[in-house]
Amino acid sequence: MMHWIVLPIVLPAMVAPLIGFVMRNDITMARITSLVSTALLLCIAIGLTAMAAQGETLTYRLGDWPAPFGIVMVLDRLSALMVLLTASLALIVLIHAIATGWDARGRHFHVLFQFQLMGICGAFLTGDVFNLFVFFEVLLIASYGLMIHAGGRARMRAGLQYVVMNLAGSTLFLFALGTLYASTGTLNIADLAAKIPTIPPDDAALVRVAAMLLMIVFAVKAAVFPVQFWLPATYSNAPAPVAALFAIMTKVGAYAILRVHTLAFGPGVPGTEGMAGTWLFPAAIVTIAIGAFGVIGARRLMPLIAFSVVGSMGTLLAAVAVFSPTATTAALYYMVHSTFAAACLFLIADLVVTRRQSDTLDPIPATVQNGLFAALFFAAAIGMAGMPPLSGFLGKLLVLDALRAPGMIGWAWTAILLGSLLTIVGFARAGSNLFWKSTTLSEPALDPGEQRGDAARSRTATAAQLAPAMAALAVLAGLAAFAGPAAAYFEDTSTQLFDRSGYVAAVLGTGEED
Amino acid sequence: MLIIMALLPFLGALLPSLMIRAGRNACAIFTALPTFLALVILLILSPSVMRGEVLQAELAWLPQIGLSASFFLDGLGLLFAGMILGVGLLITLYARFYLSGEDPMGQFYTFLLLFQGAMLGIVLSDNILLLLVFWELTSLSSFLLIGYWKHLPEGRQGARMALAVTGSGGLAMIAGMLILGNIVGSYNLTDILQAGDAIRASDWYLPALILILLGAFTKSAQFPFHFWLPQAMAAPTPVSAYLHSATMVKAGVFLMARMWPVLSGTDAWFNIVTTTGLITMVLGALIALFKNDLKALLAYSTVSQLGLMTMLLGFGTQVAAVAAVFHIINHLTFKAALFMTAGIVDHETHTRDIRRLGGLRHLMPVTFVIATISALSMAGIPFLNGFLSKEMMLEEASHTGLFGSPSALPILATIGALLSVAYSFRFVVHVFLGPVRDDYPHKPHDPPFGMWAAPALLACLVVLIGVAPFLAEGIVTAAANAVTGADLHPHFKIWHGFTPALWMSVVAVVSGAILLLQYGMLDRVWEALPRPEAKTIFDHLVAAVVAGARRVTEITHNGAISRYLAIFTIASVALGWVAYSGGGLGPRTRDLLAVPLVVAVGWLMLIVATGYVVVNHHHRFRALVLIGVIGLTVSAGFVYLSAPDLALTQISVETVTIMLLLLALHFLPKVTPRESSLALRLRDGAIATVAGLGVGGLAYAFLLRDTDTISDYFIANSYEGGGGTNVVNVILVDFRGFDTYGEIIVLGIAGFLIFSLMHALLDGPAAKRLRARDYSQDRSHDRHPLMMVVVTRVLMPIAMVVGIYIFLRGHNAPGGGFVAGLVVAIALLMQYMASGFAWTQARKRIEYHTLIGMGVVIAGLTGAGAWLFGQPFLTSAYTYVHIAPVEEFELATAMLFDLGVFLTVLGAVMLMLYSLSRIARFAGETVNMEPMDYDPSEHVDDGKVKV
Repeated sequence: MMHWIVLPIVLPAMVAPLIGFVMRNDITMARITSLVSTALLLCIAIGLTAMAAQGETLTYRLGDWPAPFGIVMVLDRLSALMVLLTASLALIVLIHAIATGWDARGRHFHVLFQFQLMGICGAFLTGDVFNLFVFFEVLLIASYGLMIHAGGRARMRAGLQYVVMNLAGSTLFLFALGTLYASTGTLNIADLAAKIPTIPPDDAALVRVAAMLLMIVFAVKAAVFPVQFWLPATYSNAPAPVAALFAIMTKVGAYAILRVHTLAFGPGVPGTEGMAGTWLFPAAIVTIAIGAFGVIGARRLMPLIAFSVVGSMGTLLAAVAVFSPTATTAALYYMVHSTFAAACLFLIADLVVTRRQSDTLDPIPATVQNGLFAALFFAAAIGMAGMPPLSGFLGKLLVLDALRAPGMIGWAWTAILLGSLLTIVGFARAGSNLFWKSTTLSEPALDPGEQRGDAARSRTATAAQLAPAMAALAVLAGLAAFAGPAAAYFEDTSTQLFDRSGYVAAVLGTGEED
Repeated sequence: MLIIMALLPFLGALLPSLMIRAGRNACAIFTALPTFLALVILLILSPSVMRGEVLQAELAWLPQIGLSASFFLDGLGLLFAGMILGVGLLITLYARFYLSGEDPMGQFYTFLLLFQGAMLGIVLSDNILLLLVFWELTSLSSFLLIGYWKHLPEGRQGARMALAVTGSGGLAMIAGMLILGNIVGSYNLTDILQAGDAIRASDWYLPALILILLGAFTKSAQFPFHFWLPQAMAAPTPVSAYLHSATMVKAGVFLMARMWPVLSGTDAWFNIVTTTGLITMVLGALIALFKNDLKALLAYSTVSQLGLMTMLLGFGTQVAAVAAVFHIINHLTFKAALFMTAGIVDHETHTRDIRRLGGLRHLMPVTFVIATISALSMAGIPFLNGFLSKEMMLEEASHTGLFGSPSALPILATIGALLSVAYSFRFVVHVFLGPVRDDYPHKPHDPPFGMWAAPALLACLVVLIGVAPFLAEGIVTAAANAVTGADLHPHFKIWHGFTPALWMSVVAVVSGAILLLQYGMLDRVWEALPRPEAKTIFDHLVAAVVAGARRVTEITHNGAISRYLAIFTIASVALGWVAYSGGGLGPRTRDLLAVPLVVAVGWLMLIVATGYVVVNHHHRFRALVLIGVIGLTVSAGFVYLSAPDLALTQISVETVTIMLLLLALHFLPKVTPRESSLALRLRDGAIATVAGLGVGGLAYAFLLRDTDTISDYFIANSYEGGGGTNVVNVILVDFRGFDTYGEIIVLGIAGFLIFSLMHALLDGPAAKRLRARDYSQDRSHDRHPLMMVVVTRVLMPIAMVVGIYIFLRGHNAPGGGFVAGLVVAIALLMQYMASGFAWTQARKRIEYHTLIGMGVVIAGLTGAGAWLFGQPFLTSAYTYVHIAPVEEFELATAMLFDLGVFLTVLGAVMLMLYSLSRIARFAGETVNMEPMDYDPSEHVDDGKVKV
């Protein structure tokens, strides 16, 4: 039996309550357990990726009920990739959170963190849309908890926006599922992929509504126009390590669109073919513009990064909207890249902001290690803005190359390239103010009230605090250096994703293998 | 070997930052080392290139889009690589003496090597995507170098401007290159250079040409993008000499030369490139003449000279291309030398303002000689190399027509030459000639040998090529052949006879000298003229973009949840409608049922209650009660529709929710203030109505249609496979137990979340408001009434038994762990309401956190237990047990799972309650340790009542 497949869900789900009720008064114990568990998760993810790389689609039938009746977990290259992405990001973020002491600034950080991982991994592995809804709920409530971790007025306000918008999304998810079930009689993705293509266009109105509503639901998660409003405030007010972890949350939405709208409503489905792309593409273009405007107009560092995340989601979804294997390859490359780029920026911003004690871009006298932070910020900004030598540039090339269709090329290229320009200028302005202009100012006169602040300004970052951001940068560099092999894996991944009959056969197959 | 050479500067880039710890000399030496090694390799490779061979090396990188790390070295590459590395060495030497002790030298050299590597990459790339990579890298590294003196505002602004301008050009070029590659079907330069005809014939030729030229023009500071170069002069002088005269600004010229065989030869190319080059040449020279800052003068002269090269490439003839290549070399030698002398003057006198200089020839004779030779070369005086290429330019210009006019181009070219004579002379005359002054900011003298060695060497080259031009023939031929793709054998001569070019040259020199004599008058005229200042325009443009973007962002993302939701709802309805109308709806297969009276009444109740909530939602308490009514009506609906499980769950959820909400309402204002205008409420009402109708319509549509669903399977297999006759419960704990597992975790997290939220609240500013709350208003005088205490006590065991009963029978009849958990929670909740939390708390045995944790763990372990039997997670097993005298009963692992559900639900609800009570006590609610405020049993003896 392949119990491995369900472990990325069960492991954090068992560890979290243990931390919650056995170790909730001892932060050291909670930290060690959480770290060990996340490291184990990474090992499992690596193992799963190796398994998936064989090219076979593996399934895990929960309760031993056959699909489509019971719930199945499905491991293919795509889901393995996403779990691996999650686990490696999680380990980086967790080390940062522990090294900077963020985890001790509120209650139950590690409980929520582990549950969050469970929700994310579950969403990536499940082969059932209702189960996907359940995991959306898990990750929503856990992420809400993480988002308001450590409290504070602005954070609570932003948290409310976050949770309200996402609950609205959940409600719509239920409507969509109801419609889907009413029109197909099933919620298993493979079963949907088998049944929906048989629905003729003149009977497809309800399925089309379901497909569209589902896309809006996923768009809320992926922060695409016009439902992206929650993201900037949420990310910029969340504790920085949490914002870094959230880099994967938007990808959950992108993944869901890729998975569901490719398999169930994608190419070759007479009733719904082309609908998702038609609407997703313009939305993605507007999203790029929103992100770029937000970056260039930002007054504070955290919103600047948050808007750059919005922009990157626009770029990613523009590639997703093509719904072709080539474009999906580009999208996957860009997805991995933008996840680590965003996380890296948030982690570095955290180191800077805690020392500056403010995330405004106004010049404040330079803090300790100004040069080091400047170098890290420069590198991460290069990654995010899509400049060489990091992976962003290659990702951008891949996406541009994928968006050559006559109806798309003008809009997409203009938006992506102009968006890049505004992002570059925005980051250059921010970095110049933060790290260059600040060196011209002398230290403020010490008055007794600022003693505490001064201590924070001059506290040098330890190796453990710097390592996570550097690790994320290393991933970006590695992704660029080994772009060929990486893209080859993503190519295989998208080929497998677009092989609908293969997926259906693997999930709904005779089931004799066990 | 080629690849090693290309990567050497990158590999060595960290050396200086490290070696600075060993001192400034060691740092400079280790900067020179990789450069020197690369140069040695280049020299080793050069003989074969000079013979006309093309060296190639390739590494796969990203074959999916045709990006490979492939390099090639031909004549043009050799010329540029030699320039980059050779001048790089000189600059390293110069900078060692130029930078002061306070400047972080290691950092400088690191940036310099990074730049050098990027530049080298551009000229050696055999793949246009790889070229783009290096192209952007030069933008980035020059950003760092220009902003090197980060304390200078001009440095920071100049760096940002350079990045914005060259970066935008680079982005345009990305598009251009992608188009070009698509036309050819390959991104390899060697392939592209073979496909000139196909490219020029393509529909996409013009867009590709314009986009690529945008990249080249921005990089090479061509009009109207010329303005960034003078601003970049805030960089230390070695940077200006290296980037802004010798290398980076030539990247654009290089690119045009590289693409010359495939892009030139069309009208579009000729018109765009020639015109741009011509305008840049004349305009740059004009501005240069009136600049008082030495480096600004040189910057604009560079702009002008770059315009000259661009114009020559624009002509599209082979001879012009040779001239362009030759001028690249000549300009490099004299301009780098001039920049370095300007740096020396600045270094020694502490000013670069020409008006404060003059007479330096006595004080700095060596510098004077170097500067004079270089400046005269720039002016095009015979026996210096500038003369040769300028003659070739004028010769070409003399017989090239522009826009139908045969004389426009020669005249304008002569004017450009004239102006450059004037500014070159001015550089010498106003700085070095004239009387010695006594008001220099710093008493100047010649710098140490190390500082003037590099410009002196370049000045020697100026003279050498000027006197014996055949020395340069070899490399120019190799490069020109690479540019044109032809087999040319140019011969450079000083004397061509009395050609038109010579006369033009004479006119230029004579009038240039006259112009300088009249400088005082001209300068006043110039100052009086209105001149658009490019920097101001650029700054305003950026400021406008920032302000506009900020406005758009802040208006759209203002945090108004109601607006976000309105947009979300409108989008959902609109897109849902679009999706709906794009497909047909099959015929309905069910008939509408008749409406019995009881249903009609229930429906009416729902409508009325909902309407009442909408109208009266400001009164929170009333609204809450009404919401309770709605919930109960819905539960009744479930009963009516034969869904007892749903009804049971709904009722208990409803009860717990309302009770908790009531407790929470305690801390909130009793009335919601009206915050939105009537129009806004009307808008929201309309949106809500449309959305409601949409959802209703959707439900109506699918209620009338049958579908084959998977539910038949559940009914068929519930007893056989799941061991239970209550299908709903078997679905919850078995068929889809994994969903339930997820949902109890959601509930558990909610418990933890509310607990940590409460802590965050009590640690934050809200705590102060809570403490300051006026707690006296609206208080009940008998908070824990006797009757209620007694009734809840009596109810408690009954409720417990009911809970256990519901739990146990769950598998076969309506009930289950979820409902049971809620029922028990309600029983406990009632104790709290009756006797206060503290009293109840004192009597509980198990921590709520533990309950939740235990619940989730038990459910998880039940699932994982199946692994021991080689079954997947959550696989259930059941058996029938008979223990006399009890009747035979069933034991199922699903029950254990249900126990997990039960514990989690109970724990979560109680933890929420605990959190609320913590807030209450924080807010000053009195704690009573007695079960009720007034206990008659204690006071009957004396017949008096204590209060």
